[in-house]
Amino acid sequence: MSTNILTKRIEAARAKGRLALIPFLPAGYPDKKRFWDEIDALDASGADIIEIGMPFSDPVADGPVVEHASLKCLDAGVNLKWILGELAARKGRYQAGLVLMGYLNPVLQYGLEAFARDAVSAGVHGVILADVPFEESDRVHAAFDPHGLVLIPLVGLNTTPARMALYGADAKGFVYFVSVLGTTGVRASFDTTGLPAHLKQGLETAKAAFPVPVALGFGLKHPDQLKELAGLVDAAVFGSALIRHIDAGGDSKGFMQIWK
Amino acid sequence: MKKGYFGEFGGQFVPELLMPPLLELEDAMARILPSKEFRDELASELKHFVGRPTALTFCPNLSAKLGVKLWLKREDLAHGGAHKVNNTIGQALLAKKLGKTRLLAETGAGQHGVASALAAARLGLECTIYMGATDVERQSLNVRRMRLFGAEVVAVDSGTKTLKDAINAALRAWIAEQETTHYCFGTAAGPHPFPLLVRELQAIISREARTQMLDQAGCLPDYVVACVGGGSNAIGAFHEFVPDAKVRLVGVEAAGTGKPGDWHSAPLSKQGSPGVLHGMLTQLIQTDEGQILPSHSIAPGLDYPGVGPEHAAYQASGRALYVSVTDDVALDAFVELSRNEGIMPALESSHALGWVLKNADGFKPGSNVVVCLSGRGDKDLDIVNDYLAQKA
Repeated sequence: MSTNILTKRIEAARAKGRLALIPFLPAGYPDKKRFWDEIDALDASGADIIEIGMPFSDPVADGPVVEHASLKCLDAGVNLKWILGELAARKGRYQAGLVLMGYLNPVLQYGLEAFARDAVSAGVHGVILADVPFEESDRVHAAFDPHGLVLIPLVGLNTTPARMALYGADAKGFVYFVSVLGTTGVRASFDTTGLPAHLKQGLETAKAAFPVPVALGFGLKHPDQLKELAGLVDAAVFGSALIRHIDAGGDSKGFMQIWK
Repeated sequence: MKKGYFGEFGGQFVPELLMPPLLELEDAMARILPSKEFRDELASELKHFVGRPTALTFCPNLSAKLGVKLWLKREDLAHGGAHKVNNTIGQALLAKKLGKTRLLAETGAGQHGVASALAAARLGLECTIYMGATDVERQSLNVRRMRLFGAEVVAVDSGTKTLKDAINAALRAWIAEQETTHYCFGTAAGPHPFPLLVRELQAIISREARTQMLDQAGCLPDYVVACVGGGSNAIGAFHEFVPDAKVRLVGVEAAGTGKPGDWHSAPLSKQGSPGVLHGMLTQLIQTDEGQILPSHSIAPGLDYPGVGPEHAAYQASGRALYVSVTDDVALDAFVELSRNEGIMPALESSHALGWVLKNADGFKPGSNVVVCLSGRGDKDLDIVNDYLAQKA
């Protein structure tokens, strides 16, 4: 079987001796028009994979920054139909791999099967569903797998090697490792003083358990952190940091320059 | 059947980071709950702290008016003034056995918050309560009670700023604090194993009521009626009667004002549809796009856009009937019971009673009807006084 495009993008970055960069932005943020300009800018500025948030009214895995941004997008009328429609109109335009991230219920109401079909035909390569653990993933795999849409697993510091093995058995694309026991953007897992031993150990366990690259997310705030991660992970995800940067008047191009 | 499911409803739709504490809790339920030591301690707390068994009270005056035999299962007499303590004292004991030092809980009206806070105080646990900022304001008496019991009350300022968002905040906090903290979930809903755990602890309502009916009436009831928000008093009132096929089980949801276009809290009996919220697949009030809608009821404890998965399954199988009544019907029942029987029901319980008062002429004369009086109404006096003043 051919290597998933998300894996390829991360491996291409590794071949160049750097971590793959995965910025995240909620669909329709900061507004419905500018959002697509920011996605273009992320793609042009070297994002290896772009994660687009699918807003949900009750995002339990997210901290206040992402929640607030998501609710704002919902108020502006962002929904899956809009996201997939706009992506379909831009198909082939992006060099970066495309991942949608969100919660199960909007996808369930869209229809798992219809969503898989429409996402793939809009150029989406993978999906992260924050409230679908291994135990509930059967129905999602049954709908996604025939279309080649990858369900990206999400694990963390309290995921045992046995549970990582459950996810690892048929993981494709990459695995998302959450660096803190907490929600998005709430607190930094580590600072420039160095990587805590338990995080290092968790990442080593994940590297051994998964046949796909490991991306670290949650709590990245400073470029120096990337140096600490060299050799331990293959990619870094930026979520609330990018939202904060845009809220402070910056843009995606400027943001990517900080991290490249 | 798949683990944690009732028919097609239930499950564990949570971030992976919450799976370890849920698995720990599942294990504790299998290991600790059935042990003699735990059962003896719980029985002692229920008797000496909570004040169980609670009475089954026959209502002579309303029975004569209605032409049926009306019985009340008096959860209003439990410590704290509602059935909530059955659950919190059990979960607090379990948390101690697990070596946890703190409870965290969500609350809407504050009843579960108060019940969690008093159980934590009793057992020497710390306690943090998440409560929507709007609810903190409109339920200030309960906030003061929680603080008096030593709990920290955190006002949740996101989303709709009510119960739904308090649960989101509590789940988030539990991700970060799972090692030291037990999430004392307040109703028979949420991710597995909470619907089972809460049912297990609330089933004492129907265990007692079934025995009491046989003792006092010499027969099983024809109807057991309970209000349903998340559904913990109802699942507790139904559970032991489920195998008694002739006992009709009725869950009464809150229809809100009943005006077209206004929010309600009746995903089973009005326009709910299956979806995933707070870790469970159940019937929800939501948009076609899967966004959760606000709910409304004059009874704060019923004000929730979802419902426990076992109720969704009982509706699907037909074992229980789910109906709804409006704010007005509940308010009238509040007044009727107070005047006729000298018992003041909570506005939540008044929904169950209101459905009986409204529909009793359709019952076979002489039917035995048990209503679960899930709580006392002192907390609702301001709302009821305003209603009476408007009516006058």
